Formats: sequence, structure tokens, C-alpha cells
Amino acid sequence: MSGNPKYPAGYSLRKRRSQKAAFAIFRILSLFIVAVLFAILGFIIVKGAGVLSWDFLTKAPEDGMTAGGIFPAIVGTLLLMLGSAVVAFPVGIMSGIYMNEYASKGWVVKFIRLMTNNLSGVPSIVFGLFGMALFVKYLGFGDSILAGSLTLGLLSLPLVIRTTEEALKDIPDGIREGSLALGATKLQTIWKVVLPMAMPRVITGLILSLGRVSGETAPILFTCAAYFFPQLPTSILDQCMALPYHLYVISTSGTDIEAQQPIAYGTALVLIIIVLVINLLAGLLRKYFENRLKMK
Amino acid sequence: MEKIEARDVNFHYGSFHALKGISMEIPRNKVVAFIGPSGCGKSTFLRLFNRMNDLIPGARLDGEILIDGKNIYAPGVQVDELRKEVGMVFQRPNPFPKSIFDNVAYGLRVNGIRDKAFITHRVEEALKGAALWNEVKDKLNDSAFALSGGQQQRLCIARAMAVSPSVLLMDEPASALDPISTAKVEELICELRKEVTIVIVTHNMQQASRVSDKTAFFYMGEMVEYDDTKVIFTNPRKEATQNYITGRFG
Repeated sequence: MSGNPKYPAGYSLRKRRSQKAAFAIFRILSLFIVAVLFAILGFIIVKGAGVLSWDFLTKAPEDGMTAGGIFPAIVGTLLLMLGSAVVAFPVGIMSGIYMNEYASKGWVVKFIRLMTNNLSGVPSIVFGLFGMALFVKYLGFGDSILAGSLTLGLLSLPLVIRTTEEALKDIPDGIREGSLALGATKLQTIWKVVLPMAMPRVITGLILSLGRVSGETAPILFTCAAYFFPQLPTSILDQCMALPYHLYVISTSGTDIEAQQPIAYGTALVLIIIVLVINLLAGLLRKYFENRLKMK
Repeated sequence: MEKIEARDVNFHYGSFHALKGISMEIPRNKVVAFIGPSGCGKSTFLRLFNRMNDLIPGARLDGEILIDGKNIYAPGVQVDELRKEVGMVFQRPNPFPKSIFDNVAYGLRVNGIRDKAFITHRVEEALKGAALWNEVKDKLNDSAFALSGGQQQRLCIARAMAVSPSVLLMDEPASALDPISTAKVEELICELRKEVTIVIVTHNMQQASRVSDKTAFFYMGEMVEYDDTKVIFTNPRKEATQNYITGRFG
């Protein structure tokens, strides 16, 4: 026996001090992030709030885009979000279900997952080029909301697949077994028990993808977005304006860049507000599903 | 004819030989307990009776398992039909995130029953059968998650019984429960044997001796001994059984 250990004097004090110091650093860094976020938001609000008005939201650009509003761009962005959702949500959710629930855990699934991950790393401008080649030229949709939605849908597909898969993976197997043991089929089990349980998290993924789509410029550059298209689109084969592209256009070209600046900030503010509102809706939807599920 | 009959059952997980040549008969409306140390194959064996092991990739079964004289692994047997006949209760209570009522009604609904009056009647019967009715009758629309662990497990028993199976498999049904809830589940087992044949896996030897008519002792994938519970616990024939029940290993 070597006797009781001799603890070094003051060590206990030192380790508590280093813990305090470490947590202080973590706290400062977290606050820094929040500060940066607020700075960006505040900057946009201060610069952009001045031009926000009913007319700004409901009128088309006028006088070589130095006056008027951004209504067509708001409508365009909302249409593109909707279009990409129609493309990506069903395909993405079904692929996610297939990958997690049906496919045997062999190399096929691993390969698909690897490809999905690679796809999410592809720069958005490359999606734009691909969309132009396939949808605009080869399939002959031309520059259109259809081509833009398909391109944006492809872009958000990996995110939708991944979040669906992750959400399903979190549902304990015991729940699936419980359902199967009562004579339910696999499809009934997924449809009635597993998917509803995963829904709050799936929805979060969907909303995140919408947020990303709303801000993308490159994919619609060659496939959909119009420099100036003041009337509203009447078919999915029309071009449309979109907020991020409009922001880019009036910041870099146009008749009078100085005069266009407030409009640019106003456009940015509207874009941010749209994303925030959608995130808020996502939160409410999530709550609704959790309540309906009686999770608590 | 016995209720369940296993004929020379061998089961492999990949290259692991999990069950080695097991043959046994389980009589109708009796409670049979499977005991043995962790990893001895008793749960694997139990899960063969409702083909729950079908889900495991790389698993292979040789031999036959007959329920009411029919091989449940014969081609053409539909697993969902089999599982209506052979219910299961799991180690951890696994209620669905639905109301108490919908949990018990689930098995009926997924098997195509739409008659509301019948479902309501059946749910009440099942909850009464699981000695849960008095505790939940005023809150059938509350979430099943709001129940205590012991109540959740009785709910799962009610859910299994609502489909009116003729066999109930229980995989360590009380191991996650406190002593009072455990006692309730054990009482329930003694009640349910009137309606169904029960096969229960347990780590708790007192439990096996309290609730079962016959006991099988498993060790390293083999069924070492199978006899009346009284015989197993008072006068086992094999030394391994003797050692296990007296706590010398396991």
C-alpha cells in the first residue's frame, strides 16, 4: 500500500479558476455571435426602414428602377419558394423515408448518401448552369418560373433528404416494433406512427430549405430571374423578378446607382422579414404538430 | 395438439450461432417462462414466435415453429396475420404518441376495423382486462405519454390484447418497472392466462417462479432444461440449472 494520496496544495482552487476562465470565454464568444447578428439586422433596418411603405411593397419599379416599389420581386420570390417546395418536398421526404426505413443498410444506401452529401456541396452557380442546360435549353422551358423552381428544388433536395433521414433515425425502434407487433404493415407503421413523430423535425428541415431558396441568386440567374419585368407573371413559363437578384441588379447596374441604394436596403430588409416570418410560421407549425401528437 | 411447437430450431445472426437445436412444446393457456443469463438466446427465441426477427438483416432460421399445428415460417404465411394472432409486449413500454384510446384502438384500426361502436367497446374491454380502466376512464383522450411507466406498460398489454390474440409474448415486461407496478403486471399475467397462452422472458427468477406453469432454462444458445416450474426451482435435473437458480453464475 502506498498510503493516502498527497493532493497538491491549491490544485482545487486552480481547476475551479480555469473552469471559470473557460466558461467566461465561451460566454463572450456566444455573445459576440449574437452581437454580429444584431449588427447586421440593425444595419439593414436603419438603412432600409426609411423606404418601406405600402407603395414600396405593392408597386412595380419605376423611373429606371430609381423609384417605385418591389412588388413583382416579392411575388417572384414567393412563387419560386413555392415552386421549389413543390419539387423538393415530396421527392426529398420520400427519398428520406426510403433511405431510412426501406433500403437495406448496404452499399447502395451508403453510395446514395455519399452522393447526396456531395450534391449539397456543389456551388449554387453550378446548379444554375446545370439548370440552364437541362431545363432551359434541353427541355425547352426557356427562362421561366418552371425552370427556376426545378433548379432551386434540386438545390434544396439534399437538405430535405438529410433532415428527413435524421428525423426518422431519431425515432426509437421500439416504436416501430410496437406497431409491427400489432399486425401493422411497414407502410402503416411509417404513415401512422413514425412519420407523425418525425414531423416536427422534418418541418424544421423544410423551412430551412425554404429560407435558403429565398436567398439564392446564382441558380436563378440563368434559369428564371428577369432584370426588369414589372408586370406579374401569368404562367409558370413566364420569367419573374426575385428579391435577391433584384438586390444584386440595383446594387451593381442601372441608371443611377446612388439613387438606387435605399431601394437596395429596403429590398434586403423585405427579404429578411420574409425569412423571419417563415421561420416563425415554422415554429408555430412545429408546436401545432407536437400538440396534435400529444407528445407531452 | 400443443399451442406452440418448436422443432429443432437453429438460428444464426451472420456467423453467430444464437440458438442451437431447440425443440419444445408450449401447452395451451399456460404461462411458460424463459430464464437464463443475458445473451443466452431466450429473447431471440421468443421473437421467433411472431417473426420479429425477420427484420434483422443476415439472420437465418432452420427448423420449424408451429402454432396450432401450422408452420409459421412456411411460404405464404402473412406476417401481419400471424401477429394478430401472436401479440407482444416489450421490455420498455412503447406507447405511441397518441391518446390512450387511440393507442388501444390502433391494432384494430390497422387491421381494417372501422365500426366505431365496436372499437369503443373493445377498447374498454381491453383496458378493463389490463386493470387500467379505472385509472384512465376519465381521460381516454389524454396523451399516453402522460401515464406513469407502470401504467404505460399495462396500456401496452391492453393494446396487445385488444386485437384478441391467442398467444401473448412478453419480453422482460417488468424489468423497467418499480416493484408495485411489477406486482400489478404479474397479477395481470395470472388473469390473462385464462384467455391466452403466455410466453414470458424474465431475468427475475422469483417472477418466473411466481407467474409461470413451466420454465425453460437457456444457456449459451441451448435449452438446458424445460420442465414444470416447481421442478425447475426445487429439483432441477441438470447441474447448470441448479447453479443458475441458486445464483452461482449468471
